[in-house]
Amino acid sequence: MPFQSQTIDINGSKLAFQRGGKGEPLLFLHGTEGLSQRPQFLDDLTAKYDVIAPDHPGYGQSPTPEWMDDVSDLAYTYLDLMKALGLHAAHVVGHSLGGWIALEMAVRSQERIGDLTLLAPAGIHVKGQQKTDIFMIDPDEQARLAYADDKLGAAAAEEANAVKYQDIAIRERIASARFGWRPRFYNPRLGRWLHRIEVPTLLIWGDSDRIFPPTYGPAFQALIPGAELVTLKNCGHLPHVEMRVETLAAMQTFMAR
Amino acid sequence: MKVMVFYLMPYAYLDQGVKDKYRSAWIVLPNTYFDPVKGHALYNRYLDELELCDELGFDGVCVNEHHQTAYGMMPSPVVTASALARSIKKGRIAILGNAFCLRENPLTLAEEHAMIDVITGGRLISGFVRGVGSEYFSLGQNPVYSLERHQEAHDLVVRAWTEPGPFAFEGKHYHFEYVNLWPRPFQQPHPPIWCPSMGSLETIEWAAHPDRKYVYLQNFSPRVAVGKYLNLYREIAQQRYGYEATSDRIGYGAPVYLATTDQQAIDEARPHIESLFNVFLPKFSEMMFYPPGYMSPESLLNVMKLKKANAGGVKIEALIERGIIFCGSPATVRAQITEAHADLGFQEFLCMLQFGTMPAELSVKNIRLFADEVLPALQALNVSDYRGFELPKQAAE
Repeated sequence: MPFQSQTIDINGSKLAFQRGGKGEPLLFLHGTEGLSQRPQFLDDLTAKYDVIAPDHPGYGQSPTPEWMDDVSDLAYTYLDLMKALGLHAAHVVGHSLGGWIALEMAVRSQERIGDLTLLAPAGIHVKGQQKTDIFMIDPDEQARLAYADDKLGAAAAEEANAVKYQDIAIRERIASARFGWRPRFYNPRLGRWLHRIEVPTLLIWGDSDRIFPPTYGPAFQALIPGAELVTLKNCGHLPHVEMRVETLAAMQTFMAR
Repeated sequence: MKVMVFYLMPYAYLDQGVKDKYRSAWIVLPNTYFDPVKGHALYNRYLDELELCDELGFDGVCVNEHHQTAYGMMPSPVVTASALARSIKKGRIAILGNAFCLRENPLTLAEEHAMIDVITGGRLISGFVRGVGSEYFSLGQNPVYSLERHQEAHDLVVRAWTEPGPFAFEGKHYHFEYVNLWPRPFQQPHPPIWCPSMGSLETIEWAAHPDRKYVYLQNFSPRVAVGKYLNLYREIAQQRYGYEATSDRIGYGAPVYLATTDQQAIDEARPHIESLFNVFLPKFSEMMFYPPGYMSPESLLNVMKLKKANAGGVKIEALIERGIIFCGSPATVRAQITEAHADLGFQEFLCMLQFGTMPAELSVKNIRLFADEVLPALQALNVSDYRGFELPKQAAE
C-alpha cells in the first residue's frame, strides 16, 4: 500500500488526507464523488510524485467545521495546508469541484504552486452553456452520465444506487451542495481574476462530458494566460478514471517540463 | 376539536396525459399547460368554496405555498389569504405555511402577515415551513442552510412582530440595519405559529421547545406515520423538556371524501384522489423532494424507511387502508376520525375536501355533506374524548 492516512488541523478544520509516493509534491483535489474509492490514477502517480490527497471538509473522513461555507474557505484552507506541509512548487491537480478549488487557490496565491492540472473543472459559467444539474437527478443517473462509455456508466449507476443512502454518500452530497448549490458550481467573480494565473496550466476535458459540457474547455483557456487544452475523445466527466492512461500521459509530459 | 378546511388549489384541468410525457408535475412540466382563462375560473371557484365553508361553520380555511407546479396554484398564499381576508367573516385564515427562509428578506412576509392579521381583526394563523424539497430548486436557495435559515428567519420575524422598532437584526443569514414593522400584528404577542411538517425530527424538536410550543401539524401521511410523529411531539415535550404537551398543540390533516354510501364515496373520489397521487404528486427524482442537507442524514433515513416509493399506480383502496385519506359514508368517516382522535388527541383537524381533478359539483357536495353530517360531531370532541398519552415503555424506563 503506497498510501498512508493522516490528519492535520488547519484553522480548526480537521483535514484527513492520504499521502504516498516519493518525488515532487502533488496535491490532488477531488470532485464531488470524493475519495471513498481511491482512483487507480492516484496510485499510478505515486511512482513519480509525493501525492497528497485530502478529503475536502464534509467528504470522507474530514468533518465540516462550523464556519466553512464556500469554496473560498476551501481555497484558503488548502493554501494553509500547503504551508503547513512545507510544500513548494507543488503540482496542483483538481478534478471538477477540485479544479474550481485549485483555481480559487491560484488567484489568491501561487507562491507554493508549480503548475496546475485541471480535469473538467467547475468554477465559471458561460451563458447558455448549461451544466447537468447533478442535484436534480438521483445518484445512479449522475453516475451513469459521468461516463461516455455506456457499460462503464451502467456499472457505476448500479453501484451508486446501492450506496446512495449510506451515511457517507448522504454526507458527501450535503458537502457538494454546501459548496456547489448556489449558484451551481461556479463563482461569478472568478472569471475576472483568472488572468492572475502565471503558473503553467493544463486543462483536460472529455469530448463526451455530459456533466460539464466540453465547450467549457476553450472558455477556461481563453481566461487563463497560456493554458493548454487537451481534449480526450470518447471520454466523459472522469478523464482520470475513464481514460486514465491518456490522462496520465498528458499530465506527465506537461508536469515534466 | 377545531376543524378547518384545507385547499391546495390544484390546476384541476391538467391534461392527465402529461404523466406519460414528463417525469413530474413539478418544475419540469411546461407552464404552457396552464390556461389562464381556466385558471381564472378555478381560483374563483376555490375561493367561493372556502367562503362557503366559512358560512357552514368550519373553524377556518387554510392555504399554502408551492412553486412551479400544477399540484397547487399558490406560489404566494398571502395572495389567497388576502383575497379571503374580507370575505371569511367568522373563521380563522391559516397560511400553512409560508416558507420565510426561502426569501432573501423574510420581513416582506412578516409585513404581509401582519397586514392580514390587522385587516381580519386577529384571525390569522401563521404557518412557518421550510418548503418541500423541490422549492429549493424552484427558488434556488441552498437546502444545506435550510434549517439554519428557517430558525433565523423565525427569530427575525417574531422579534419584528413583538419588539419595539426600530432595531438592528444581526444574524448569519440575515442582517438588517432597520427592523421596524408597520403595521404590528393585531394578535398579541403575535399570530399563532404552526409548524406543518412531513415528520422531520428537527422540526418536531424545534416546535415542541418550551419557548415555542407551536402547533405541530402532520399532513398527508399514512396513519402509522401520523401516530408516530404526533406522539413524538408529546414524547419530546415530556422527556426532553419536562412538560405535558396539550392537545391543542396537535394537528392532523388529511383528504376527506364523503358520499351516501362507502362504495359511492370510493367510486366518486377514485379518479380525483388517484390523479393527486399518480399525476400531481410524483417527483422527478428522490433528490428533488429530499435535496442534500434538507434533512439531517438521520431524519432522511427515517423518512425513507416510512415512505413507500410512489412510482405511480396508487389505488384509492390502498390510500384508505393506509389511513392516508378518509373516504366513505358520513357514519364511516365520523367513526374513523373519532377513533383517530381518541387515539391521538389532536384538537385541530384539517380536512382537504377538494383534491386532484375533482370538479366543483363533487367538492361542493362533499363540503355540504361534511358540514351537515360530520363537522358537528367532530367539533364536539374534546380532550376528555382522548384516551391520553403514555410514554412508550422503553422511553419511560
